[in-house]
Amino acid sequence: MGQRTRTMSGNLYTRRTFMKILSAGFVAGLGGINATCKKVINEEFLQKYFSEMTDEEKKRVVQRLEEKYLKQYGKSTRVSFGEAKQNTLWGYGLDLSRCIGCRRCVYACVKENNNSRYKPQLHWIRVIRLKKGNLISLENAEHYYDPDKVPEEGFIYMPVQCQQCENPPCVKVCPVHATWKEPDGLVVVDYDWCIGCRYCMAACPYKGRVFNWAEPNIPKEDLNTTMHYFGNRPRMKNVVDKCTFCIQRVRSGRYPACVEACPTGTRKFGNLLDKNSEIRYLIENKRVFRLKEDLNTEPKFYYFFSL
Amino acid sequence: MKGSLAYYAWCIFLLAIAFLGLKFYIAQLDQGLIITNMRDQVSWGLYIANFTYLVGIAAAAVLLVIPAYIYHFDPIKEIVVFGELFSASSIIMALMFVFVDIGRPDRFWHPIPFIGKLAFPDSLLAWDVLVLNGYLFLNIFVPVYILVRSYYQKEPNKRAVVPFILLSIPWAVGIHTVTAFLYNGLAARPFWNASILAPRFLASAFCSGPAIIIIIFQVIRRISKVKIENEALFKIAELISYAMFLNLFLMGAEIYKEYYSNTIHLAPLTYLYQGLQGHKTLVPWIWTSLSMNLVAFFIFLIPKTRKYLLTLNIGSILIIVGVWIEKGIGFVLPGFIPDPLGEIYEYMPNTTEIAVSLGIWALGLLIFTLFMRVAIPIETGIFFHSKQKPQKSSNDTLPIP
Repeated sequence: MGQRTRTMSGNLYTRRTFMKILSAGFVAGLGGINATCKKVINEEFLQKYFSEMTDEEKKRVVQRLEEKYLKQYGKSTRVSFGEAKQNTLWGYGLDLSRCIGCRRCVYACVKENNNSRYKPQLHWIRVIRLKKGNLISLENAEHYYDPDKVPEEGFIYMPVQCQQCENPPCVKVCPVHATWKEPDGLVVVDYDWCIGCRYCMAACPYKGRVFNWAEPNIPKEDLNTTMHYFGNRPRMKNVVDKCTFCIQRVRSGRYPACVEACPTGTRKFGNLLDKNSEIRYLIENKRVFRLKEDLNTEPKFYYFFSL
Repeated sequence: MKGSLAYYAWCIFLLAIAFLGLKFYIAQLDQGLIITNMRDQVSWGLYIANFTYLVGIAAAAVLLVIPAYIYHFDPIKEIVVFGELFSASSIIMALMFVFVDIGRPDRFWHPIPFIGKLAFPDSLLAWDVLVLNGYLFLNIFVPVYILVRSYYQKEPNKRAVVPFILLSIPWAVGIHTVTAFLYNGLAARPFWNASILAPRFLASAFCSGPAIIIIIFQVIRRISKVKIENEALFKIAELISYAMFLNLFLMGAEIYKEYYSNTIHLAPLTYLYQGLQGHKTLVPWIWTSLSMNLVAFFIFLIPKTRKYLLTLNIGSILIIVGVWIEKGIGFVLPGFIPDPLGEIYEYMPNTTEIAVSLGIWALGLLIFTLFMRVAIPIETGIFFHSKQKPQKSSNDTLPIP
């Protein structure tokens, strides 16, 4: 965190001045745009790196975003900057014995997280179907199974989403520090800082990252108005996003949407640092494994079998 | 070479293609990268393939610099300026390919050191930004310095310029190594996660770059009074044959290891050479590439065919195309296929990607043409500072340190 929390007071003035001159030219180029619009563009364009913003500047960003969403969706929203709680490290448990492959978690996630709905619909959870007797090799995984009824005879289902690695390869490769691991273990993206190079997508062994190939579209009536800056606020085109274990929920004491949506109790969630949490019980009493452990990414997403 | 009709026609032709590319690029900016064929499964495509290839092409200069400055092979020495300017043009093209690939070019300032937040030394992409720009600087500074001195009809100051020329040799090795490491370090992609990658990058770069130079030098000597001896071209071709041997050998080593050990990591290579579960898009491409490289290797190995201009040119074109397939789509795409969860998404670039790519190639060639428009008259002594008296006859090339 050293690099991010460092204040750049020495550089601030020159950097700002430089960017102001630069953006003045940039904005001047956009003729025919009215003054308030220009101001917003200017502010968006100039927005500083997250950890270098003062509280005042963060407030201003929230205000700008809420105004923007009000205009766009006709709904008042609340964008939170809620920080990680002390002594918290979020962990996830997934019971492969129970999952029936119904994908309710997938759609609950899309809804909760304000993902783009049509062309393309962005999924942060992928449920893959594997033939029984074959768990580790994903070469024969079926991603688009579509039977009349699940579960099907002879198959098991494995939901995969961001594994919130303790040692995340996606964070290491980002050329502009637009993504990082929060103190509570959640790997987040600053959508306003991402340059859209997609290097993180190449680095992720779990396909945990998703790209907004087009301007996301969310029906006005479906907008989830409780938002987090690093979570489910509506994204823009050409940036990367990903599962955050529903940062907007878990930091205010709620379960992730996928945990609540699961009809079979497959999904478990809790604080790995709390000895009495359900996730700790599972790790200590069940045979758990993590996906692609050989890559040393140290996921905080534990698969297990209750039966 | 005063602006002849052919020169203007060539420039207008390139400009037209560049504008067509720009038109498609504006549409891409407007609608997002959705109008390309890239998707989450294959998140890099033709743009990054071209980028990877062009970093290789930029090796052209260094292969000319080594014999010229270290082994004092004189026929090449006098034409180093053109080679370096070609490398500079290649780097500019490579950087343009990265620029069109990133989704948010409006945030171009985020990776600028001190102004933005360049993730150095964590991200290899940050390293690449630095080494590519450094290499670009070297390959512009050296020829511009030599040309300016020549313009004033002065000998270049060896002490000022030779260190930079020598520095460009390890720097060229650096840009290929860093670009290879960019892929190499990703444990998620077994196809790239092989230690042989950086050596393979170097070997193939020393084939494709010089092959283009062989063609370009023949064009230059045809349209201007620049003297480029056949001897120089044959020397370059000889060096290519060694590099191609190494390239094929390293490729063989990789293929052996993957096929004999036959682990699940074989899948991308199987996809590339044989097809996987009925998906065969890249198979004809890679076999074409392999055949081209093999034929070119023998053309350049056998002195008779190497020293005969027609076969030399055929060999060069085979390498230019063969390595483009190998280091472009044949390298970038199998990294994504199958993806980390075993899905196969077959990618082929669409019209937008092809048009934008052609536009960048045209713009790069135009930049190189304009470089030559200034460099050739100075080198041949036609163009000089008017207050100085011409000391040389016009068909003399100027000695360079």
